[in-house]
Amino acid sequence: MTETSDSEEAVSPDPSGQDSIPLMQRVLDNPFLLLVLGIAVPAVFYIIWGIIEITQIPIAD
Amino acid sequence: MSNLVDFRTCPTTGLRVDKSAENLIKANAVAAVVFLSIGGLFGLLVALTRWPAVHFLPADWFYLALTAHGLDVLLVWIIFFEMAVLYFASAILLNSRLAGPRWAWTGFGLMLAGALITNVAVLRGQSSVMFTSYVPMQAEPAFYLGIILFAVGALIGCFVFFGTLVIAKQARTYEGSIPLVTFGALTAAIIAVFTIASGAIILIPTLLWSVGLVSHIDPLVYKTIWWAMGHSSQQINVSAHVAVWYAIAAMVFGAKPLSEKVSRMAFLMYILFLQLASAHHMLVEPGFSPEWKIFNTSYAMYLAVLGSMIHGMTVPGSIEAAQRARGLTKGMFEWLRKAPWGNPAFAGMFMSLVFFGFIGGISGVVMGTEQINLIMHNTLYVPGHFHGTVVAGTTLAFMAITYLLVPLIFRRELMMKKLASWQPYVFGIGVAGISLFMMGAGTLGVSRRHWDMTFADAQLPFDYPSAAYLMMGLNGIFAVLAAIGGLMFIVIVVGSVFFGRRLGQDEKPEYPEVPPQSAAVGHYGSSETLRIPGTVFLVGIFFVAFVLYYFVNWKYLSEVWPLS
Amino acid sequence: MAITPPSERIWWRQPIARVELIWICLAFTWGLIMFFMMIYWHGAGQQNLSSEAYQIKPERFAERAQAMIDNYQVREENGFPVVRPPAGSDVYLIARLWQWWPILELEKDQSYRLHLSSMDYQHGFSLQPVNINVQVHPGYDMVMTLKPDQAGEFGVVCNEFCGIGHHMMVGKIYVVE
Repeated sequence: MTETSDSEEAVSPDPSGQDSIPLMQRVLDNPFLLLVLGIAVPAVFYIIWGIIEITQIPIAD
Repeated sequence: MSNLVDFRTCPTTGLRVDKSAENLIKANAVAAVVFLSIGGLFGLLVALTRWPAVHFLPADWFYLALTAHGLDVLLVWIIFFEMAVLYFASAILLNSRLAGPRWAWTGFGLMLAGALITNVAVLRGQSSVMFTSYVPMQAEPAFYLGIILFAVGALIGCFVFFGTLVIAKQARTYEGSIPLVTFGALTAAIIAVFTIASGAIILIPTLLWSVGLVSHIDPLVYKTIWWAMGHSSQQINVSAHVAVWYAIAAMVFGAKPLSEKVSRMAFLMYILFLQLASAHHMLVEPGFSPEWKIFNTSYAMYLAVLGSMIHGMTVPGSIEAAQRARGLTKGMFEWLRKAPWGNPAFAGMFMSLVFFGFIGGISGVVMGTEQINLIMHNTLYVPGHFHGTVVAGTTLAFMAITYLLVPLIFRRELMMKKLASWQPYVFGIGVAGISLFMMGAGTLGVSRRHWDMTFADAQLPFDYPSAAYLMMGLNGIFAVLAAIGGLMFIVIVVGSVFFGRRLGQDEKPEYPEVPPQSAAVGHYGSSETLRIPGTVFLVGIFFVAFVLYYFVNWKYLSEVWPLS
Repeated sequence: MAITPPSERIWWRQPIARVELIWICLAFTWGLIMFFMMIYWHGAGQQNLSSEAYQIKPERFAERAQAMIDNYQVREENGFPVVRPPAGSDVYLIARLWQWWPILELEKDQSYRLHLSSMDYQHGFSLQPVNINVQVHPGYDMVMTLKPDQAGEFGVVCNEFCGIGHHMMVGKIYVVE
């Protein structure tokens, strides 16, 4: 993060200054990280897990 | 910043508007409305046919019309409009130029070509396979090809949106984080990428199968992946229309989100979990384990529902806070009573919020409960539910913001203001009726996608209860009302866009009223003293309705034959 | 405003209003209740769809159904065999364009292992007016243990679109005392 914040009164108490933007805010400010997460979660839990379940349906004897 | 980009300054908001973005917004919105009218007309024909006393279309035309209705409104209208929302939320709200307008036009062209190809395929009569086109039922290759082209075009649009985010950040056209509405649009775009990728994964092999290059597509695999597209595409809508709610609250009331953190986290819940609800369609299919069903159908322990419930409070809450900050503090509801109910942007938005929550939202969660789905799957309850989400929720919200886009983006004065002030009510009440009566018929067991509920030509007789016929008749009446509301919208918007008075370069539109940005609420006071009692009361009613309806349906379920 | 960047650069540290926090906790708790309700029903409820299923060729499924019909047919109705299989046995119901084949006659309060599969397209098994709705796929044999607790005549409607004759596809199940 390159912004230097000089605007509001409620700036963080973090003394280091430059790296003061909280982690979660940085995550939410990162569209490409969100894009990866937003594809990975349903791809893994819904599609991949689902297809595995289908492939495990036994063949009738 | 490139000098080739042509900007104008918006007299209302002071935003710099990239004219190529503006033209793309116009083109996508116009295409959207065209397909809304086509799809809406097919919808009316469907409803008239399902009205037992009218039974309008013959069977083959009914199935054709139903296929076209689903495609044109669930996919084409809504995604075209979403492209407009994406370009608006990126280039316009970020004060930036649009990344790659040529790419965006290519995407638009592909979407338009795809939509036309699929529509022609359906109208030729050999592709009445419903929107879902479950294999092994086969449509003409052009049917799949058109959808694929449309999806590729939409994917390009999403990338233009992401590219614009990058450009705006680099050029520092805004300070700090992106606006909340842009974040909501980002949520929609992320879900759109997943949606379109899933569509490609399944529809490309299906296209090859339809031309004979692939011998077999497994119906269960098809259905699983198809719904990763089919359901997620409706989750794009949810994200986009929630963003539209926030946008209208900001534009009409100068409302500020109660908490940026809370609202963004609610959108994050959408990004991560909303798409899992594709499993709502897979709860009574062979072979899936309860673990897979429960985890996915509950959006990972209902975290995405948590997101919606948060928006359901923060959107009206921010309006209430803004109104109270303006002095409308009497009692619990002065802020709501004195809201601009004659402004179609607000009226449409607020009804969208209420109907989406009470009708679409609650019914969706109930129907998506693993076991309860058994008494609703593929009955008319399902279209009842999603007309509550996609029509009363998304379409109404999109109509509402169109009333702002006409003066602000198309730069035309809105015509027929009286008619416009009535339009959201006519359409909203019509759609709410459709949803409720279809849900009622579904509870009585009536099948969706079915031409003849009397089973007159069946080899064996069967009769639905007479209450079901009443429900379908009422559904027909409310469908006519909704169609009138839809026609009003199209007449007003098309009339205004093509024949409305052009606004002067620095002229601020007077209707619908958009207060100047200086009216925006900066602070609501300290967080401890934030007072939104009216909103608390409304969400309290919602919560009680939700809990009661949820357990009533468990009771219904417990009465059917035991099965395991 | 929601259409402008947040007024505070570091909005993450802004406190959340109490009313919002209470609503979030309430909604989260409600989500947990709904989540555990599904798990609870697996133990305590009587309506849980089995995940038992097999891959099967349509011909093979048809053979099994035919064997059941040959063994247990009791009469004919409108060209459909009416089959009364013994309680507790495997019962087959074929979905095909545009019939549910055969007609089943079951005993009240007895359990049956009902097998469902399609010969062609997807179909929807919709037992009315009980309102049990299950999807039927070609190539998959879905098995559920069903225990009718009412006597009477029940319709089986197809509620998945399966072509131009979809609305004529009606089957029947009798439950006798």
